Amino acid sequence: MNPDASTIAAGAPIEVDLTPVAEGQDIKVFWRGKPIYISHRTKKQIDEARAVNVASLPDPQSDEARVKPGHEQWLVVIGICTHLGCIPIAHEGNYDGFFCPCHGSQYDSSGRIRQGPAPANLPVPPYQFVSDTKIQIG
Amino acid sequence: MSGPSDYQPSNPALQWIERRLPIIGLVHSSFVVYPTPRNLNYWWTFGAILSFMLGMQILTGVVLAMHYTPHADLAFKSVELIVRDVNYGWLLRNMHACGASMFFFAVYVHMLRGLYYGSYKEPREVLWILGVIIYLLMMATGFMGYVLPWGQMSFWGATVITNLFSAIPYVGESIVTLLWGGYSVGNPTLNRFFSLHYLLPFLIAGVVVLHVWALHVAGQNNPDGVEPKTEKDTVPFTPHATIKDGFGVACFLLLYAWFIFYMPNYLGDADNYIPANPGVTPPHIVPEWYYLPFYAILRSIPNKLAGVIGMFSAIIILCFLPWLDAAKTRSSKYRPLAKQFFWIFVAVCILLGYLGAQPPEGIYVIAGRVLTVCYFAYFLIVLPLLSRIETPRPVPNSISEAILAKGGKAVASVAIALVAAGALFLGSLQDARASEGSDRPPGNKWSFSGPFGKYDRGALQRGLKVYKEVCSSCHGLSYIAFRNLAEAGGPGYSVAQAAAFASDYKVKDGPNDAGDMFERPGRPADYFPSPFPNEQAARAANGGAAPPDLSLITKARSYGRGFPWFIFDFFTQYQEQGPDYVAAVLQGFEDKVPEGVTIPEGSYFNKYFPGHAIKMPKPLSDGQVTYDDGSPTTVAQYSKDVTTFLMWTAEPHMEARKRLGFQVFVFLIIFAGLMYFTKKKVWSDSH
Repeated sequence: MNPDASTIAAGAPIEVDLTPVAEGQDIKVFWRGKPIYISHRTKKQIDEARAVNVASLPDPQSDEARVKPGHEQWLVVIGICTHLGCIPIAHEGNYDGFFCPCHGSQYDSSGRIRQGPAPANLPVPPYQFVSDTKIQIG
Repeated sequence: MSGPSDYQPSNPALQWIERRLPIIGLVHSSFVVYPTPRNLNYWWTFGAILSFMLGMQILTGVVLAMHYTPHADLAFKSVELIVRDVNYGWLLRNMHACGASMFFFAVYVHMLRGLYYGSYKEPREVLWILGVIIYLLMMATGFMGYVLPWGQMSFWGATVITNLFSAIPYVGESIVTLLWGGYSVGNPTLNRFFSLHYLLPFLIAGVVVLHVWALHVAGQNNPDGVEPKTEKDTVPFTPHATIKDGFGVACFLLLYAWFIFYMPNYLGDADNYIPANPGVTPPHIVPEWYYLPFYAILRSIPNKLAGVIGMFSAIIILCFLPWLDAAKTRSSKYRPLAKQFFWIFVAVCILLGYLGAQPPEGIYVIAGRVLTVCYFAYFLIVLPLLSRIETPRPVPNSISEAILAKGGKAVASVAIALVAAGALFLGSLQDARASEGSDRPPGNKWSFSGPFGKYDRGALQRGLKVYKEVCSSCHGLSYIAFRNLAEAGGPGYSVAQAAAFASDYKVKDGPNDAGDMFERPGRPADYFPSPFPNEQAARAANGGAAPPDLSLITKARSYGRGFPWFIFDFFTQYQEQGPDYVAAVLQGFEDKVPEGVTIPEGSYFNKYFPGHAIKMPKPLSDGQVTYDDGSPTTVAQYSKDVTTFLMWTAEPHMEARKRLGFQVFVFLIIFAGLMYFTKKKVWSDSH
């Protein structure tokens, strides 16, 4: 009952062009049926994410560990709430990040859980920069 | 089922069969001469009611499966086509969907009866545990069935529930992938749920056979909790129990038919009339009412894994009930303290159900935690403690002695309390759907409301004109074919008029012999063409917000009625939240944005739209559409007409539903009356 061959094949890596995404905007792409948020973060959002005391977080992880070096403005996360799988809304909540409308979990501008019932940060999918303006997810 | 039968049929053909397979003897000993305690009350008829409901669900389900398509792209539409095009498809679907709720309602009564009268105690432990297994199977079946229509709540309910298993350490994620058959809830998930939803009811039927077998070995418990001792304590199953069960089923059918014919969507969620969309989460994900107490327990525990464990142990704990409650006296009738705690427990369950439908914030979370503790305390503290400290009242020596001592009891008041509490519980769903921060739409007088409601033909025809001239430039009507305009219960056009109406439209067809697509005039069998080729085009042309298809809009929109209105709604059959909302939105545009409200660029202020910022500009203005029949050409009239028309598009067979409902009710009331008097006659020498 595990995924069949066609499902696995359809889950192959995809390339996303980042040029149309302006600063402060984000796009949602689907990969393996999952929504992936790609946020072009503002300076303010990056600073906020880095100013937090990492040890005080429910799921401690530094912002540096969640983005690719040299591409700090880009945050790529799987937009599925780690509580029960709803899709959080971008640019909402108290932390300049994501807000899940189902059970009220709030994530910051690095996709880290800050408040609510979710146990973990929004996961970062496997991806790399093919060029400065293009990433490959998967 | 309780030993070899000595029954000998008189017919030689039956004797021939009986010698080779003693099936007639089995039926005879189990359901004819089987001794049943004389003092059983009507709470004992729920076993028969449940068997009847299981049969009903399997029968309707098998026929529905003949017309259903288990594919993520087609499932939603195939359910709509069942309702619209299959002969009596609307009836089958309502019977199956409301039947699930009725099944759970009956099983809760049945379980609480067992709890109150101590039916789980020695020697009926296995009987009780088999019952808990049936209940678990029912929950799985009900959940998978709810996923099949593939609406928004189906999809997101499936996502939330399957994600529960991701809480299991180490293997959780792999289990979830195995359940999904992919990387998220999708077509493989729907296919396997369909397969399992078809399989599990037959497993339930199998366990029911074991349940009945165990019952017939141990014998039925009874309200006094003393075993039958002499022949005087029992009556034969047939005719006594058969006719009493028959009367119970007839009364239950009255309640069932009330939902099927008059309130088919009362227990459902309006969001499930929106096709599943993996990119949009509904604001409140609420399970069906029968899971709400457990959902409340899940949410009141702040840790994910602990919440999941708490939810499952709330059900598993029932298996241990025979050993948690060690009291010798079975029936709570003779246990003054246990009786009071039982009713407190019932109240706790109902309140938990209410909380399960509320948004998880503030006071609701705290109340949920307190009640969760109460729920578990009943089983783990109260029952073990009571069996040690409580002094029960003396139990009668025999059933016949108990009957002689019997006076008029407060059964009626208990029943009323239960109905009131049940109504609160059932309606709590609607409370959860309160649309935040918007005015409540004003009520309207609709010609189609109430048990005898009919569509106003003039309004339907005018509404069609408004749709064609105004709405259709942005909104589709894809579930309505031109032929529907000439069908009974619709706008009342003739077949020729509908064909002429269709020929005004250009419909894309093909490919022809040369392999090209071409356009031709519409035919009655064609569906209304949509203004945009796909959702993305609709979104791009309308500033990011795709105009929704209007075929189902009056069923897919609702607003919270709040306590206590939803209780009155059950009795008044008010179910026009959708039309009231649609009519209100059409008239709710205001040019001046009130102080303190900011509306984003490209949006318009609407008093009744949730959040007030709507992307649709004011669609109607006075005098915009000309009417031939002299009706006022005002926005109010337009709104009313087009809403009536859209109610018809959402439910073309409503008139047939209400008409048949009336006939069924006349029949059921007469039938129940006859059953009652037959039962009285049969039992006249036994009381």
